[in-house]
Amino acid sequence: MKLCMSLILLVFVLFVVSLLVGPAELRVEDSIAGLFAGGSEAAAIIMREIRLPRALLGLAIGMSLGLSGAVLQGFLRNPLAEPGVIGVSSMAALGAVLVFYSGLAGSSLYALPAGALIGALLAILVLLAIAARQGSTLTLILAGVALSSLAGALTALVLNLSPNPFASYEIIFWLLGSLKDRSMEHVALALPLMAAGWFLIALSARAIDALSLGEEAASSLGISMSLTRFLIVAGVALCVGAATAVTGTIGFIGLVIPHLIRPLTNRMPSSLLLPAGLGGAALLLAADIAARIVLPAGELNVGVLTALIGAPFFLWLVVRARREML
Amino acid sequence: MDLHADNLSVTLANRHVISDIGFKIKPGVLVGVLGPNGAGKSTLMRALNGQLSVKGDIRFGEHDLAVIGPAARARLVAYLPQQRTIGWRLTVRDLVALGRLPWRAFGQRASARDEAAIERAMEMADIASLSPRIATELSGGEQARVLMARAIAQETPLLIADEPASGLDAAHQIMLMRSLKGLAAEGKTVLVSLHDLTLAARWCDEVMLLNEGNLAALGSPETVLSDENLARIYGVTAHRAQDGNGLIIAPVGLTETAPTS
Repeated sequence: MKLCMSLILLVFVLFVVSLLVGPAELRVEDSIAGLFAGGSEAAAIIMREIRLPRALLGLAIGMSLGLSGAVLQGFLRNPLAEPGVIGVSSMAALGAVLVFYSGLAGSSLYALPAGALIGALLAILVLLAIAARQGSTLTLILAGVALSSLAGALTALVLNLSPNPFASYEIIFWLLGSLKDRSMEHVALALPLMAAGWFLIALSARAIDALSLGEEAASSLGISMSLTRFLIVAGVALCVGAATAVTGTIGFIGLVIPHLIRPLTNRMPSSLLLPAGLGGAALLLAADIAARIVLPAGELNVGVLTALIGAPFFLWLVVRARREML
Repeated sequence: MDLHADNLSVTLANRHVISDIGFKIKPGVLVGVLGPNGAGKSTLMRALNGQLSVKGDIRFGEHDLAVIGPAARARLVAYLPQQRTIGWRLTVRDLVALGRLPWRAFGQRASARDEAAIERAMEMADIASLSPRIATELSGGEQARVLMARAIAQETPLLIADEPASGLDAAHQIMLMRSLKGLAAEGKTVLVSLHDLTLAARWCDEVMLLNEGNLAALGSPETVLSDENLARIYGVTAHRAQDGNGLIIAPVGLTETAPTS
């Protein structure tokens, strides 16, 4: 409880800081005035249409990635699990890349997110079809790995075939993941889907606790494995599909956050969920702020930053405290 | 409630693992499930707990265990798998508390009844002193007792434990059997698979002897664990003795027709 309160405070502070940072040099009071009412028109546009959606997306997507990582690790009893593992991220990215390639991206704001969502949904349907017939979580992981590689190969193929260098550049840049220049329409599109995903994940809380004892014991404790598999696969797909749809791929948050937060809890998988969601939100907000400050002119892609910090950090975590991983 | 199996068959990967077994067990009875490796003990126990699709009937009182939903089953049957899995660095107490999940609604905190069940189960498995320890750091035998306590804490009228005694030291084997006997005395039905013939002979009220998926014998330990059955099914000769507390059966050699596989 104390942990959650501290994390909520941290997220709130980072959210406010995120609203105050950007290439336009607004003073704090102008920012606040622009956000609510009474400021200059420029300040109002910058705050309401540029910075607010960016901060909201940072919060919601960070939350989604943290939650997804925590629930997948609990479900698979595998501290290396993360949304990318079950292939949803890469399938979502493939869907978006196909939209780029077909040239539909310019036709509507919704084309790109729709492509990513269709990719994510396709990934879930394939996973559910396989997992429902062949009940084990191992099958799910292996199917996810296969799906990931297939999506990666197809993405490479699309890049290979892309008509001009500019199109490839655009695709690669999008794949790197960024929160820049997102609008309230993006928020309206992604937030309900992510919220539905959070809800489904929350419903699996008991099941992932029971799964600490293995699938057979969990089932003997009254857990329906097929229902649990559906809740988690659909919940994660909604979260990750919607997130990838609006920001491209942002990695490592789902992997690193549960490890950082777990030692601060009693390690019961369900009690990790909310703190991991809040931690993910804090991490993505912080990374997005850093991306704007480190290279103010060019602006670093936040997906690059999370990977640059996340990967070595994770390695260090593994080496330093192997026992703490569980 | 009687545990009643009729024409029970289980097929795994096109192999008949359990063939047409039928039995009836009264409440308040501690039943030892015995048989050589591969006789079908674990499969029978998993089938009784609804983990496998079966042919035939399994009834517990008026409940049909073959079709009952998982939530309702979890309040009737507690099951300790042979595979000992502890997924995270949880404390002993938190692990045992998982046994109370079937009795708690979503998001509900542990009630006084839950707390009492947890304490009692930890006493019975002799792990009360380990309560705050991290379970994954305990020895194998200690972990076995923690997981047994988890199943006991579930407080169901039917308890099925697959090889709970393996890895336990001599004293804790006896403590385990005494606890299981105590649970049976409260009117529960307890099924426990064992490899130790003496433990089975001294503590179990009835012994179910399986052989190649068939029920070879069911009855009192004295009749089921006869020299003839031990020779025919286990392929061993045994030294037998009797003391004030019951039978002692020590396998001492192989018969000439000992199974070679």
